Amino acid sequence: MNNSRQIDRHGRLRHFLSIEGLNRKLLTDILDAAESFSGVTEQTVKKVPLLRGKTIVNLFFEASTRTRTTFELAAKRLSADILNINITQSSTVKGETLLDTLRNLEAMHVDMFVVRHADSGAAHFIADHVAPHVSVINAGDGRHAHPTQALLDIFTIRRVKGPDFGRLRVAIVGDIMHSRVARSQIHALNLLNTGEIRIVAPKTLTPAHAESLGVHVFHELRKGIEDADVIIMLRLQRERMQGALLPSEHEYYELFGVTEAKLAAAKPDVTIMHPGPINRGVEMDSEVADGPHSVILAQVTHGIAVRMAVMSMAMHHKESATE
Amino acid sequence: MPAPATMTQKLRLKGGRVIDPANKVDGLLDVYIADDRIAALGDAPDGFDGAHEIDASGCIVCPGLVDLCARVREPGYEHKATIATESVAAAAGGITTLCCPPDTNPVVETPADIELIRLRAEKIGKTRIVTLGALTHGLDGERLSEMAALKNAGCVGVSNALRPLANTLVQRRALEYAATFDLTVFLHPNDHWLSANGCAHEGRVATRLGLPGIPEAAETAAVARDLTLIEQTGIRAHFCHLTTARAVHMVARAQFDGLPVTADVAIPYLYLTEVDISDFDSRCHVIPPLRTTQDRLHLREALKRGTLSAICSDHQPHEADAKLRSFPSTEPGISGLDTLLPLGLRLVDEHVIELDELIHRLTAGPSGILGLPFGSLSVGASADVCIFDPDLTWQLNTDTIRSNGHNTPFMGWEMKGRVTHTLLAGKLVHSLAG
Amino acid sequence: MSDLENIPAIIERMAREIVSQIEQAGRSNPAMVGIHSGGVWLAARLHELLDISTPLGSLDISFYRDDFTRLGMNPVVRPSQLPFSIDDRHIILVDDVLHTGRTIRAAMNELFDYGRPASILLATLVERDGRELPIQANVVGSHVRLTLRQHIKLLGPDTLKLEIKQIP
Repeated sequence: MNNSRQIDRHGRLRHFLSIEGLNRKLLTDILDAAESFSGVTEQTVKKVPLLRGKTIVNLFFEASTRTRTTFELAAKRLSADILNINITQSSTVKGETLLDTLRNLEAMHVDMFVVRHADSGAAHFIADHVAPHVSVINAGDGRHAHPTQALLDIFTIRRVKGPDFGRLRVAIVGDIMHSRVARSQIHALNLLNTGEIRIVAPKTLTPAHAESLGVHVFHELRKGIEDADVIIMLRLQRERMQGALLPSEHEYYELFGVTEAKLAAAKPDVTIMHPGPINRGVEMDSEVADGPHSVILAQVTHGIAVRMAVMSMAMHHKESATE
Repeated sequence: MPAPATMTQKLRLKGGRVIDPANKVDGLLDVYIADDRIAALGDAPDGFDGAHEIDASGCIVCPGLVDLCARVREPGYEHKATIATESVAAAAGGITTLCCPPDTNPVVETPADIELIRLRAEKIGKTRIVTLGALTHGLDGERLSEMAALKNAGCVGVSNALRPLANTLVQRRALEYAATFDLTVFLHPNDHWLSANGCAHEGRVATRLGLPGIPEAAETAAVARDLTLIEQTGIRAHFCHLTTARAVHMVARAQFDGLPVTADVAIPYLYLTEVDISDFDSRCHVIPPLRTTQDRLHLREALKRGTLSAICSDHQPHEADAKLRSFPSTEPGISGLDTLLPLGLRLVDEHVIELDELIHRLTAGPSGILGLPFGSLSVGASADVCIFDPDLTWQLNTDTIRSNGHNTPFMGWEMKGRVTHTLLAGKLVHSLAG
Repeated sequence: MSDLENIPAIIERMAREIVSQIEQAGRSNPAMVGIHSGGVWLAARLHELLDISTPLGSLDISFYRDDFTRLGMNPVVRPSQLPFSIDDRHIILVDDVLHTGRTIRAAMNELFDYGRPASILLATLVERDGRELPIQANVVGSHVRLTLRQHIKLLGPDTLKLEIKQIP
């Protein structure tokens, strides 16, 4: 990946498009900044004037209330003005192109785009074509990357397990094939030299040459989560539960759904994560989701701080444009 | 009755190295042209005193190139390119015959459609354009086209281009019907179900980028099915631009077994691999997708061996907007007329293939697949000639590219070898100086 | 400079001055807020000397600095803690060095985000020249004249010590 796209020559964030291409120091800096912002979100006044006067546009080509809301809240807590623009595929098919849309918004002096798109590579494409003073944050592109979600997961793991990822065994369970979250998590975990990264899925949901991502591949849940310190469950989209990928949600739950009983194979202090929203009784049962190992709600809370960190760090630095 | 000598246009191509693989000619020879035909090679026949001359010294004189697959986008997609613009590009690239697949709009499925393209090309007069007729009605993959009428109107074969056939029964019937009229069927082997909505080779790069993949099996499963039906129906078939080592191996095996099958490779696949899309470079978005380094190596070897008996440009010019989207939403295809010969010559530089073999794959090879009498400098043949300076270097850029489509990942490349003159049926249709 | 050596004595003097000013103004029940990091160390001592019952507040004004975008992110910022209501409270704002005035402006901005104080009294250990904003301290431990190339900093937190450095 072309690093110069998201990192400027001073080594700072220019855009935030993928975990791939970041270095360990920058990743740690973002996590540390998120730690600071998480203090802000715990204050009675949850707002700081860092991005006052800046205009941020949530440019969503794919519906996602949850992600959009957390970016919106993060922007508001940084005192930025934020605009939500939802563009369905159909309105860009004919007539106005994506670039026309960008140009129009730029003309309104937007400082940052937060982009969600169903196509892999969409955020990169937009970053390549925005005006030099505009920053782009990837809020999920196709199956490619969802770097802020991965960061908040890493942030959560660091809080629970400490900063030494070298001694951790992390298992990612579920639809790896279609998951941009999993790809970003794997890159981040590798960047932090995680002891072992495993993916656990039936072959229909395992991408080709998955080992090349730097993971160990398992097709059986019990083996895959054996002695795991962290289990990250992925959301299974409804439309994939029945058909040629999986026969039924029932069978998926039987084989890959996490229950208290199956958790016995993992470490006693295993941490359970899920990007939400959970399909209870498909990916895991309620006992696990609401149980002592689950940090699912903490993930949501951390999402705001992580996005505040990324937005404030990627916001264009004036002097680097004039240099 | 021959025309009076005084009326004959006579031309002498002087001092060049003539390479005509079809006739196993390679030497410093003069070429003599009378009207639209090759009159002689070597010694001047009678009546050539004072004939017009083209100085070909230092250059290679070879048959005009024959491109098996080039889209000129007319009719229907004139915002991308037209017969006029692409004819000029073809002539500048030394291409004197190019074959269009039928996926224009409307598709090529009636004699009138064939006639329209042929007449427009003749009017422009820069290159000869032949067409493949639709294998199914409207390329819908379900109903047969009127192949007899298409053949009578001059189509050089039938194809369903990149569109899928509904099922194997339709395919069997279509091949049988085409075989009835001794038409060659041009197949783009792709299992529609396996490739689904993929846009990149299902491999390491697509996995990393999260791009929907097209597995190798989409090509090999189709080739296996096609070969079975070819054997059953006895049709003469051509596989358009194979991309995988395994598919090439299957075709080589079938050829060895005596099946009447040929295959070509499109030139981008001899250079690019899946790695070239790793930065979401939409210029490298092609269908079928760029495969692995291993596949590229096998394609190069199969070209040398002759399993792949032609190189085509798979020219697909686009307007700029077609590529200005996120990778999966961009239109696939590379503009290739300008680079067919120079990228071919680079294969010689890289010791993939000998120069005469290259010229064969660009002339007699494809002409034979199309069943056309072109691609050689035989006496009496149409005087389609390409003269190029093999040492002239130039850069492919927006100033030098002649095609209307600037969509090529080779933009900015230093090219070695440039066409100086192109003759179409004895007529000078391109001259670098002029 | 000799009086800068005895910081505990300066702090005691400051404490007396604060009490006197507050009494003169007829204010009661003040709350104290220190600015990270030197201001908090100083405030902790003053808070003890003045025997203020309301817990000490602290501000990290990194997110409020007007030069934030120029400096880029300061990765570790402690959350501000104001464990009392600001509204209608008399606030004693404490910092180690008053220089340009920008830190105090940022701190006051942040205080106002939390509420509307009845008054703010500013106490600083050192007041040096180089003000860029119309801000002055009510209580000053020591006035120091420094050149533009000199930088003064409070070291702590266990033993407080002032350090003057030449900027190269």
